[in-house]
Amino acid sequence: MTTFLQQLVNGLSLGSIYALIALGYTMVYGVLRLINFAHGDVYMVGAYVGYYVSRRLQGREPSIGSALLVMLVAMVVCGILGILIERLAYRPVRREARLTLLITAIGVSLFIENAAQLVFGPDPKFFPSLAPRADFHFAGMRLTSEQITVIAVSVLLMVLLRFFILKTRTGKAMRAVSFSLDAAKLMGISTDWIISVTFALGSALAAAAGVLIAMQIPKIDPLMGIPYGLKAFVAAVLGGIGSVPGAVLGGLLIGTSEVMVVGYLSSTYRDAIAFGILILVLILRPQGLLGRVQKEKV
Amino acid sequence: MRFRALAVVCLSAILAGTVSCGSKGSQKEIVIGEYGSLTGGIATFGISTKNGSELAFDEINKKGGVLGKQVKLLVEDDQSKPEEAGTVVTKLINQNGVCAVLGHVASSHSLAAAPICQSNQIPMISPSSTNPRVTQVGNYIFRVCFIDPFQGAVMAKFAADTLKLKKVAILVDVRSDYSVGLQTFFRQQFRQLGGEVVVEQSYSQGDSDFRAQLTAIKAANPEAVYLPGYYTEVGTIVHQARELGITVPFLGGDGWDSPKLWEIGGAALNGCYFSDHYSTDDPNPAVQKFVADYKAKYGQTPDALAALAYDAARILADAIQKAGSTDGSKIRDALAATKDFPGVTGSISINADRNAVKPAVILKVENGKFLLTETIKPEAVKL
Repeated sequence: MTTFLQQLVNGLSLGSIYALIALGYTMVYGVLRLINFAHGDVYMVGAYVGYYVSRRLQGREPSIGSALLVMLVAMVVCGILGILIERLAYRPVRREARLTLLITAIGVSLFIENAAQLVFGPDPKFFPSLAPRADFHFAGMRLTSEQITVIAVSVLLMVLLRFFILKTRTGKAMRAVSFSLDAAKLMGISTDWIISVTFALGSALAAAAGVLIAMQIPKIDPLMGIPYGLKAFVAAVLGGIGSVPGAVLGGLLIGTSEVMVVGYLSSTYRDAIAFGILILVLILRPQGLLGRVQKEKV
Repeated sequence: MRFRALAVVCLSAILAGTVSCGSKGSQKEIVIGEYGSLTGGIATFGISTKNGSELAFDEINKKGGVLGKQVKLLVEDDQSKPEEAGTVVTKLINQNGVCAVLGHVASSHSLAAAPICQSNQIPMISPSSTNPRVTQVGNYIFRVCFIDPFQGAVMAKFAADTLKLKKVAILVDVRSDYSVGLQTFFRQQFRQLGGEVVVEQSYSQGDSDFRAQLTAIKAANPEAVYLPGYYTEVGTIVHQARELGITVPFLGGDGWDSPKLWEIGGAALNGCYFSDHYSTDDPNPAVQKFVADYKAKYGQTPDALAALAYDAARILADAIQKAGSTDGSKIRDALAATKDFPGVTGSISINADRNAVKPAVILKVENGKFLLTETIKPEAVKL
């Protein structure tokens, strides 16, 4: 039982990372109907920004303040990167066919991965410890401060995001754009601005995920975004792409099921089960767990 | 029609390669190829190997070279991807016309490139791939290190006889031929010696979160964990294991031997053991001279992979000298006849399976240093 609970905690902390990344996929899909394949790479850039900032801070005592600073810088830098990606790569082809946009996204992803190998070097790097460490024993389980941080920060960011989307003017505009881009434009909403904000928010969340995972693992490399990006994408589809609570639910489900499969079956079935669940959900409920059915408009 | 033209181009390229290598006397230098991972997850393996073979060829060239010619080493990077190994070796053979190939450290990479060397009849020496299947590819494939059945058994013997362990867990990299090989032979030998493997878990190279496996291992309460992986994952795994409260030692193989291991895992690795090919503590003057020369040239202590590459390069040069030619089949015959070659990793004789028979050492990780704990001779282990 203790082992099961411990695995559950492992799964939830991995799942929160997936959820944070999945939010970016789902939000961008919501406003642009685009699968932003470069999103996993933004997450990787976030981890690297965190790495370089924390190298700057090294020598100081690890403290919660410096950990927060590292995360904030990474989120701001990646937010700007997200806006740049949208401005330079997606906006010029936004009115083109959906396929053009999709292929552009794949191109951006390959560009970032290879540029990162050039700039950061292809060898893995190791994240220094930022926050003071502590272990908590609870019902025979061992919770590290990092695991608690991951879960707590993720929950906090998701609550903030929900507040932003539901309670602010910009959030309302975002929902309007996601409902109908053209109608929102006719109502006087600056859709370009809203799309930029969406990219910035999604990318900042991915950067937070990147720093959180780097603090835990602590290995980072330029291709780390590929597996996490893929799993988070699956999580977004599983939860219903375009749905914010769906992305969170999908992330937690994928994370927990992966950990349970590895812990109780074998690591070789890990991806098979994760993708098996996806196929099953898509057959039984094509719109995803919390997604809404969209009527094709003619 | 276009296909035929393509085939002709390919064939002539292959022929050009063989001719430029086979034609002796016309060239001023002897070109030898090396493929390794200079970047990526196992980059220090490739860099150490490159340094070791370069040091050997520099010394040989200073003494007048081989067959009166200077040796030129061409090194290609496969970015730590097994599938790239085949591509770069094809390039070395067909485009650069090398007469012999050195490499690789990782068995999966060697297994990707060996069939290409075999079909082109170009001798290949792997300095440090320990999976038995590597030299089984064909009679042009050699190695200058021991093989996994021995290496796995050595650690099992050390665990059972020296550490007096009864219950161990195994965590294996299922995507690595090397790791799976060591796992099989360790388990077999450890059971023969009266031990019990309480749990076996697996991961794949490139994974970064190992908590699920480690939680399952912790629940089985072993006295040690056998982790036959490569240093990047090993460092990460041991780091995460200590966080989860696993305090028992980890045991491993020569894939641990990297200056980066300590950088990744840090103090979490203290008290862990791994099997390896040689120790810098060896008082043999040849070893001490090699260590001093290497330090003078590259500013760091040579790991076992550098030492094996140094030996592989010297054995190859020796074979070309004895063959009196750069012809692939003559070099092959000379290599096969290598006996009691005085290498820095011990006396090297190539057996009928084209493997080297040598003792292994057990090293203990202690504050960033690898301390010689025990030497185990080939005859001490019954396979």
